[in-house]
Amino acid sequence: MSIKVIHPGLATTIQDLGRPGYYHLGIPISGAMDRLALRSANLLVGNDEGAAGLESVFVGPELEFTQDAMVAVCGAELPPRVDGEPRETWTAFPVKAGQVLSFDFLKGGARAYIAISGGINTEPKLSSRSTYAIGALGGVNGRAVQPGDTLPLGNGAKAVREGLAVPQALRRGPGNPAELRVLPGLYWHRITEQAQKDFFDDTWKVANEADRMGYRFQGGKPLEFVEREQPFGAGADPSNITDACYPYGSVQVPSGTEPIILHRDAVSGGGYFMIGTVISADMDLIGQLQPHTPTNFVQVDMEEALAARQERAATLSAIRETLAGQRA
Amino acid sequence: MATKQILSLLPGIFYRSPAPDQPPYKSEGDAVAVGDVVGLVEVMKTFHEIKADSAGTLTRFLIDNEDAVMAGQPVAEVAG
Repeated sequence: MSIKVIHPGLATTIQDLGRPGYYHLGIPISGAMDRLALRSANLLVGNDEGAAGLESVFVGPELEFTQDAMVAVCGAELPPRVDGEPRETWTAFPVKAGQVLSFDFLKGGARAYIAISGGINTEPKLSSRSTYAIGALGGVNGRAVQPGDTLPLGNGAKAVREGLAVPQALRRGPGNPAELRVLPGLYWHRITEQAQKDFFDDTWKVANEADRMGYRFQGGKPLEFVEREQPFGAGADPSNITDACYPYGSVQVPSGTEPIILHRDAVSGGGYFMIGTVISADMDLIGQLQPHTPTNFVQVDMEEALAARQERAATLSAIRETLAGQRA
Repeated sequence: MATKQILSLLPGIFYRSPAPDQPPYKSEGDAVAVGDVVGLVEVMKTFHEIKADSAGTLTRFLIDNEDAVMAGQPVAEVAG
């Protein structure tokens, strides 16, 4: 019961919802960068939401099935093909034993989540199958998938109907320009009022250095820092702080020039000040940003952040209910 | 003669030569065979070759060296 990797694409990794609980030891949470897309794909094929699937960035893999399965591809518009015949994204479709799943050119977004009924059943490490490649943890022997890999599948997926789809209104992707909501944080006072204003007024662009660890942005005005006496333990650069914890979603700006949003495979601490944190409701959107995408940061307060989180939870509930209703 | 476009599979930065101090893979007017490398795309700190999928003459490049390229964007034209 398995699928065979003919070609892995650019960087295709096994991901589930991650391994929270070890970040204080320096082991990142990992898991799908766009978790709503992974959950949706799993629900479409009758899996538990947290089953392991494949995360493909920009380029899809080529996979040969050795058993019949249902498949769904959510997130990026990376059009699937079964033996060369096009299939819809965000929609369940069958693949028969002996057939090959491949992908067309990327049409939008950045990361596609491929769920297969039964889920990928590699051995969990620290209670997750997610691949953390730099730490050689999870995935296939701690790495991304490679040609010739055989990915074992689990059992126990619920029966689903071919053509089951997430309604258009419940699919979520970034706009153009993308908008990411940010809650200013503990070090907000370190930059001048003008720099605080510029950060949110300027339009930034996703840089080429954008991966599972962090997303770098360029093009805004450099941030000016408030004068200070260098604290004990902090570096001499005005962007340095005495080492502190880095939350998931925190926005650090080394030397005040290029903001970096830490994502699911990020380091957990260090000596750069953080302007604030991207709210949890918008973290999935980052995983769908291609390099060069214009991006605006939007300032929010805690109440707005919590309201956005509720709205996001409501979207997920609506997807669950819609699909459960159609499945019955 | 049919003209075909060579597309970039990836978003990133497009380079016409393998390294800054080396000549370009192809110049306009050069002959290309299927599988010939015409440029590189840099993304996520790695470089990926863009190859011709049809044979003929590379008539022109559609973007400049070190320009940003989006996934599916044409980078060159081949007449064959």
